[in-house]
Amino acid sequence: MDFAYRRRKFVNLVSLAGIFGLAVLAAVPFFVVSVFVLDKGLGAISWDFFTQLPKGPGEEGGGMANAIVGSAIMVGLAAVLSIPWGLAAGIFMSEYGDSRTARCLRFTTDLLASTPSIVVGIFVCGLIVVYTGFSAWAGAAALTVIMLPIVARTSEEMLKLVPDHVREAGLALGLPRWKVIVRLVLPAAKSGVITGLMLALARVAGETAPLLFTALGNNYHSESLNQPTASLPVQVYNYAMSPFEEMQQQAWAGALVLVLFVVVINLSTRLLLRSKQGWSS
Amino acid sequence: MSASNSILHVNQLDAWFGNFHALKNISVDVKDHDVMALIGPSGCGKSTFIRCLNRLHEEIEGAKVSGDVFLEGQNIYGPGKDPVVIRRRIGMVFQKPNPFPGLSIYDNVAIGLKLGGMRDRHQVEEHVHQALCGAALWDEVKDKLKRPGTSLSGGQQQRLCIARALAVQPPVLLMDEPTSALDPISTGRIEELIQQLKATITVIIVTHNMQQAARIANRTAYFLLGEMVEVGQTQQIFEAPVDTRTRDYVTGQFG
Repeated sequence: MDFAYRRRKFVNLVSLAGIFGLAVLAAVPFFVVSVFVLDKGLGAISWDFFTQLPKGPGEEGGGMANAIVGSAIMVGLAAVLSIPWGLAAGIFMSEYGDSRTARCLRFTTDLLASTPSIVVGIFVCGLIVVYTGFSAWAGAAALTVIMLPIVARTSEEMLKLVPDHVREAGLALGLPRWKVIVRLVLPAAKSGVITGLMLALARVAGETAPLLFTALGNNYHSESLNQPTASLPVQVYNYAMSPFEEMQQQAWAGALVLVLFVVVINLSTRLLLRSKQGWSS
Repeated sequence: MSASNSILHVNQLDAWFGNFHALKNISVDVKDHDVMALIGPSGCGKSTFIRCLNRLHEEIEGAKVSGDVFLEGQNIYGPGKDPVVIRRRIGMVFQKPNPFPGLSIYDNVAIGLKLGGMRDRHQVEEHVHQALCGAALWDEVKDKLKRPGTSLSGGQQQRLCIARALAVQPPVLLMDEPTSALDPISTGRIEELIQQLKATITVIIVTHNMQQAARIANRTAYFLLGEMVEVGQTQQIFEAPVDTRTRDYVTGQFG
């Protein structure tokens, strides 16, 4: 009996140490990436990096203002296009989700979400770029296609977390279904839905492949949404491939800005969630 | 058959979940200012029955209803009847207190009025005040109307839900085991409240607790396996049941 007891304790200890070790290991890559990018990129980050256009190859200084503005424009456009659209799809799948149509939609959305982003890029290239040339619109369209299923599925999942008794109580009060959804269910799921939206934004902000043959890139600020437009990930890609040391430096700085953006988005989401408490029970 | 003072008249009501026949040929009359208790073992159809009275049953996937329910003389299952309109005339309180998450105490009560189209703020305030008084909650919450409804205790939350239902002034209130999640003191409060409510409205209450039925209801109906076995004055149901199945249940010999 004593042996069995000690054996149980020992197995427990070893297992616990094992899963704890692996859990810590899972967090290691992020820290390694951050430290690495911070180390390489911090030196090239300056006020100029955010405000100046790139200098020619071999020249000192310059920045990625064009890429930062371009990314902001395209990600912003993609958000404006995909959030209402995806939210509507999410509401339909969650609130009317038992129908055959909704099940088909859910499956299609999942397929779209797992479609490689390079495929989305080629698709938009063939659909838009071939006719109108590279543009911020084309880039935003590609990002929208990537963002849409994420927004739809996360908002669906968040809405489904709202207990059914909220819907029943609303219906029993004699409220029409759409009012129950818009005024009661959606507010109850608000913090979760917003988290999903922020994470979707963070995800597309770092997408490179879909922008390569849609927005292409630009060494200057674009004058309109119909012109080739720079973006941070594409510029990082181009500069990292460059043989010039200065440009590689700039690429590291761009990478650092991307990582920081993701961290900031996640942190602000956390803060938002903490201040907005969910429903009890 | 429908007497002049009958507010609710149910005629040959059947209900299904898919192929499961949950309610079988129920006919009953509820008079104005009645408190009618529905008793019976779990799964006997009591809850389904009251959910048919406000057309909430049909919101469940695969649920079906047939038969007639006359509320204030109008068949709620008649052609072209809108469940949304009907539900404004018949309130409901659920088993678990379910105030709307994220809404304040005030808004929990006001929302039925506001979303129902009441625009005048003073009118809304007055109705909310009345409803909270009607639910015997006003004194406890009057200083914290802006706090979340979910911050109240379980018993207070349930009275908040009663206030929410009362705010739109329905003539009938359905209660689905409203005290089964509450402690004895909160339960006592709600029973007291029901006694006061019957002065103005009609209450139909599902309960697992036979003592509760005996305490608060003037009429009682016994449900078993989807049938309404017997309905009558509460005293008669408990002291001189006609049906042997009712007698077995109320004397605790149900097997």
